[in-house]
Amino acid sequence: MLLDIDGLTVQLPGAARPLLADVSLRVAAGEVVGLVGESGSGKSTTAKAVLRVLPDDAAAHGRVTVAGADVLTMTGSALREHRARRVAMIHQNPRSALNPVHRVGDFLVERLLRTGDHDRRTARDRAVELLDRVGLNDPARRLRQYPHEMSGGMLQRVVIAGALAADPDLILADESTSALDVTTQAEILALLRDLGRRRETGMLFITHDLHLAAAYCDRVYVMYAGRIVEHRTGHSLFDHARHPYTRGLLDCSPELGISRPLRPIPGRPPSLADRADGCPFAARCPEAEPACETWTPRATELPDGGEAACRRLPEAAAATAGATARNNP
Amino acid sequence: MTTPQTPAAAQPLLVADGLRKTYHLPGKDTLVAANDVSFTLPTGGSIGIVGESGSGKTTVARMLVGLVRPDAGTVRVDGRDRTAGRRRGRGERLARAREIQMVFQDPYLSLDPRLTARQCLATSLSLHDAAGAQGRIEELLDRVGLGSREAAARPHEMSGGQQQRLAIARALAVNPRVLVLDEAVAALDVSIQSQILRLLVDIRQDTGLALVFISHDLAVVQHVTDETVVMRRGTVVEQGPTERLLTAPENAYTRALLAAVPRRGWDPAAAVRDRGAAPAGGRRSGKAQED
Repeated sequence: MLLDIDGLTVQLPGAARPLLADVSLRVAAGEVVGLVGESGSGKSTTAKAVLRVLPDDAAAHGRVTVAGADVLTMTGSALREHRARRVAMIHQNPRSALNPVHRVGDFLVERLLRTGDHDRRTARDRAVELLDRVGLNDPARRLRQYPHEMSGGMLQRVVIAGALAADPDLILADESTSALDVTTQAEILALLRDLGRRRETGMLFITHDLHLAAAYCDRVYVMYAGRIVEHRTGHSLFDHARHPYTRGLLDCSPELGISRPLRPIPGRPPSLADRADGCPFAARCPEAEPACETWTPRATELPDGGEAACRRLPEAAAATAGATARNNP
Repeated sequence: MTTPQTPAAAQPLLVADGLRKTYHLPGKDTLVAANDVSFTLPTGGSIGIVGESGSGKTTVARMLVGLVRPDAGTVRVDGRDRTAGRRRGRGERLARAREIQMVFQDPYLSLDPRLTARQCLATSLSLHDAAGAQGRIEELLDRVGLGSREAAARPHEMSGGQQQRLAIARALAVNPRVLVLDEAVAALDVSIQSQILRLLVDIRQDTGLALVFISHDLAVVQHVTDETVVMRRGTVVEQGPTERLLTAPENAYTRALLAAVPRRGWDPAAAVRDRGAAPAGGRRSGKAQED
């Protein structure tokens, strides 16, 4: 497994609930895996844990491995190597990823020199090659341009070229197309798919847009309040979602060409100051029972291959009953 | 077809006619942000303006409310020309503000950080000589679903959804005929976005408020509008009933825009191929680069 996160819990001092609670997630080589959730659900924190750029005072438990290497215990040169070559991150705003007073070429050449595989001249040639690969025309001229001379879509291509510079195994795309127009978004998504397919790169695709994740990703994890609440294939999300939160998200997201009244989820997501001893969604859940408020969520495997962490699923009840029966024969 | 023609239907509430705005960029470049944009809106109607960044939709919104003066064209409400006359007195300006109100994308930037929700509404009411209407403040807070805790809170103590509710309450305070919403739900999480959309639909039904809904999100526009205008680089490429426009678009750009929206069975590569097949429309201007 390329990326394997197992039981990751991240706690900040003073927060009533953990940033991440018992998160398990896998990405295989060549796979596009979605991570969906609303603001504050822990999607970006998960990506940061993979790069190990968590806040200094955060306490992390569990395991994060990339190509078998344990990220949470890495130090010194191994960690530098991990961040510079193994994993690349693409952020939402390309303008804040590039220095506005440096040329686009400087950004790419600096990246390439840091890999240690190039001198200045070969780095420049490679930069032209990279810009060509991400679909920018006249790449040699682009190298001499400044960020303000390019549109957002073109700049995001430059940032992707930068991410590809070190030929990473894993790409973390954090809302990397959210600020783009839909037509540009489609172009960038097609590009990322194509690049991943050719190089067997794995991608963790983070977005707030459930429809986008379902339509684009091979598999999707849905997060709520720092927990994975559901996991299934992208195409099965539209019709076969099982967790009440996932279904609530689908019911409240307008879908093009399908006219049905929107059913908002009442209330709002819990903040870090809200304690959640049981299921964090219980307060907003139409199916919650009093026992949900003290039930610690855990994933239940479903017959269709998906997983959901809900006490009210018949499968969860069966699993609990089975465990009880085994414990008290 | 069998509906009797009411006088209100005979004369549209809002008429935008031939709106045009050109910006002068550094150097000799000019940017035609809006060119000959026309549409009408009946009382209680809802029209969407969609387009990608740089299409001119925000410029049109700002011309409607009077934040930008059009180079040509008029905006009429109930037959009165809002764009006529250069000098206006305070009374005149306030009267125009009561016709059309606007809600912006970022509620935090559009609210005074020093004022509590209740003070914010009181300020707006007192501007329009309706101060002391304590009952009216409670009514507005109740209308947008803000409780007594939020009523005493300042913007930084509220969530984004609560801030946007307050911005809507403030816009409603003067009983406007038209509400212009410029990407008003774009920055909100979907579960909160749907609450706000539901609120707007309810208010429209209850009060006959007309909406101009500006958004890049076609699925959202589908849910709140009857008519839609599609803009590209300052020009209207297609307009018509939202339902027809989304199911049987006539313009190649509208089709490309629809093809790019993620949904069941969607393939971004196919959407890109479709776009490649679409002929270029609209106008390129200045040095703005497109990829």
